[in-house]
Amino acid sequence: MTTSLISLLQDPNQKDRNLFYKVITNPVGAFSTALVTLFTLVAVFARVIMPYDPNASDYSALALDPTPAHIMGTDDLGHDIFSRMILGTQFTLSGALLCVAIALFVGSVLGLLAGYFGGLWDSIGNWLSNILQALPGLVVLLAAAAVLGNNLYLAMSIYGLLLSPAFFRLMFVTVRGVRNELYVDAARVSGLSDFAIITRHVLGVVRAPIIIQSGIVASISISIQSGLQFLGFGSSDTISWGSLLMDGFANIWTHPVRLLWPSIGLAILLVSIVLFATTLRDELERSGTRVRKSTKKSLQSHTRTAATEAPVIHPEPTRVGEEILSINELEIGYLQGNGTYKVVVHDANLSINKGEVVGLVGESGSGKTQTALALLGLLPQGGTILGGKIAFDGIDLAKITTREFDQLRGRRISYIPQEPMSNLDPSFTIGSQMVEPLRVVMGLNKVDAKARALELLGMVGLPNPEKTFRSYPHEISGGQAQRVLIAKALSCGPDLIIADEPTTALDVTIQAEILDVLRDLQKRTGVAILLVTHNFGVVADLCDRVAVMQHGRVIESGGIFDIFDNAQHSYTRELLGAILDENGPARAPYKEDVNA
Amino acid sequence: MLRFTLRRFLTGVALLFTICTLAYFLLYIDSDTIAAGILGASATKADILRFNATHGLNENVFVSYANWLSHAITGNFGAAWTFTEPVSSMITTRLSVTFTIVTISLLIVTVISLTLGVLAAVYGGWIDRVVQVLGLIGFAIPNFLVAFALVAQFAVVNHWFNAVGWTPPNADFNEFLKSATLPISAIAFTGLASLTQQIRGAVKDTLQNDYVRTLRTSGLSFRRVILKHVLRNAAGPALSVLGLQFVGMLGGIVIIEQIFSIPGLGSFSVQATGLKDIPSVMGVVTTMALIVITVNFIIDLLSAALNPKVRLA
Repeated sequence: MTTSLISLLQDPNQKDRNLFYKVITNPVGAFSTALVTLFTLVAVFARVIMPYDPNASDYSALALDPTPAHIMGTDDLGHDIFSRMILGTQFTLSGALLCVAIALFVGSVLGLLAGYFGGLWDSIGNWLSNILQALPGLVVLLAAAAVLGNNLYLAMSIYGLLLSPAFFRLMFVTVRGVRNELYVDAARVSGLSDFAIITRHVLGVVRAPIIIQSGIVASISISIQSGLQFLGFGSSDTISWGSLLMDGFANIWTHPVRLLWPSIGLAILLVSIVLFATTLRDELERSGTRVRKSTKKSLQSHTRTAATEAPVIHPEPTRVGEEILSINELEIGYLQGNGTYKVVVHDANLSINKGEVVGLVGESGSGKTQTALALLGLLPQGGTILGGKIAFDGIDLAKITTREFDQLRGRRISYIPQEPMSNLDPSFTIGSQMVEPLRVVMGLNKVDAKARALELLGMVGLPNPEKTFRSYPHEISGGQAQRVLIAKALSCGPDLIIADEPTTALDVTIQAEILDVLRDLQKRTGVAILLVTHNFGVVADLCDRVAVMQHGRVIESGGIFDIFDNAQHSYTRELLGAILDENGPARAPYKEDVNA
Repeated sequence: MLRFTLRRFLTGVALLFTICTLAYFLLYIDSDTIAAGILGASATKADILRFNATHGLNENVFVSYANWLSHAITGNFGAAWTFTEPVSSMITTRLSVTFTIVTISLLIVTVISLTLGVLAAVYGGWIDRVVQVLGLIGFAIPNFLVAFALVAQFAVVNHWFNAVGWTPPNADFNEFLKSATLPISAIAFTGLASLTQQIRGAVKDTLQNDYVRTLRTSGLSFRRVILKHVLRNAAGPALSVLGLQFVGMLGGIVIIEQIFSIPGLGSFSVQATGLKDIPSVMGVVTTMALIVITVNFIIDLLSAALNPKVRLA
């Protein structure tokens, strides 16, 4: 979201220049650009390059296979096929150009109007584009040829109209998106006319996608054009690749090589156009992701150097129960393009006893979520545990196989995610999602699983479990969804629940309710909880002990009272100071007052 | 769901009506040119008038359209100008041939592209690269070039299959295979390449969702999450691509049928337009539009049934 805004705010001209430079320097991009340029040059200078007059019949050289004089051979009338291929480029490319120009013009203008002004334009544009897409193009062209006559340029113009929805959609979606972006409002406030806004910003944004789409439309139109000529449309004196195809196919039994030339020509031309378009598309997508990556990287390198203060470990308070989880010098890294690992967690130490609630606190990027995911064996692609030990009830989680992990997840370790709405499968009812693990993991039968699911939904304080059971995720609120996810996490009777910012995405009043549910259920079931959060307020509410993470390592840990009353590390004190900010009423205006 | 179905049905009917109306007026508006085109340059004014009178072209175009429409609704497209058989019965015979080819192609394409697309999205690696390259080639190379290559290799050089002709499957299955394998392969290849890539994309997008990881945390295996949850959620986007693919196949089959001399709807449309047999052209356009709209209607209903948000609306 932020990335798209940032990339939009950059000067489009500058961005495009970089993009085309990247396409040219990319080997595939350079190759395809060179080929497309070559074909264009051949088309422009066709009459100069071709060795023979393509219409001159040499009666001493009828229907020849390739010879040194006629490198592609001659047809039944003694025409030099090589010369006809060269001249055919002209017609093939100009037809495509005409088609693209019309599709581009009609589609873009309608898309601009529909996207910018909406309303009637929107309805008309979408209606037309639906009609055009409901028809197989070739059939329409054939029908049109029956009435309008046998003119290929006319056919290509009509085909341009038929393909205009490709540009309409692109323009419509982009313009509508850009129109709603902040800076267009800003531009309007600063007194620019509508037209200036459209040209300056919108056209800058869609330029690269339009080139990509043009390449695709060009390739489709070349195919269709050759196809039409192959079917016998167009004037018979027109020399084009399509007419060569027709001649070649007619002689496939006697002179198969004649079919080869136009086929190869078409294949190379079409593949190079499509390659050019896809390289441009890939570079465009990559330039979008590169911004994201580089910000992350700078954050990481910053984190690595800043950690100099020694970790503080408070003496263990008297703890009840036996240890269920202990993490020792855990190190997590991500494989990078150059084969090295970028370390995101190192020197993480943590232990949790049965029935304990331990807070893992730190700002975003401190490595707390990575640690939590490692405990579940579900690090994102490229992530690996590089060193250290995760002992869970005598099992080293850093060493076991996926299959063994499948046995642990749900049954022994489970998870409560941060965003309740995006963590339920939208296609299945809550009930079926509750029942599935109960049946698969716990082996309950249908009836028992349903009864247990309803019981769990009741336990997390949902007022009408039966109704929630039948609902789809989009039919319940965020708070209810988080209760469902808590019920799911509890469903298979785990020893440890990892709760990753379980209240962050919720409204303040709902947050308190969810914390109550968690506390209550923890008391009732005696499950241990690792609570990952950035918020010391939540920690104070729920936890027995705390570990503070910064820059990928645990910098202070101890009992809840030790940390709150006697924090040693400067970073912990900073975080503690932030509680007031976050939980205090109406924090922002208050600060503003002070500054004023 | 009922309201949704009804609304989509009415939209489809309106769309079909619009297309028929536009097509009819475009085809019939200039009756003198039609007559001159068919009768040739030597036709006199009297010839043209006689032609117009025998084919009802001197009627008001609104009247003749109303007349055509009232018959078309009952499935009767009237008499052809150059063929002795009525348009409807010619279309019915030829449609069954085209239908056989398209259905088999679609079936093959769906099964293979589903398997390949899911494998490519989930496992990446070499299979992903193969799918990407195939997708590019399939997108760039028109299916008639594929057909040429197939004919040249497997009919001209190897004599394994027939280069031309058509035998229905119920007449002689062995001959059917010899006549149908190459055209079906040519049609399927193009569809296969692009559909695989689209399914790969849809599955990859679905894998990005938070709930995929969260489902694993409740103890479900990777395989189960993919086969049950990811496929189910990727089905919607994949289905709409299948719809577009179908329209593309109907267009592509025109040339393929011509190459293999298959008496289907595609080659019929080439014949009819070549002969300027306007009632036949009108019949073909209407039938094609009806097929496309029906298929899109079915796909809309299926996607809606898959998407609980629409289903309950």
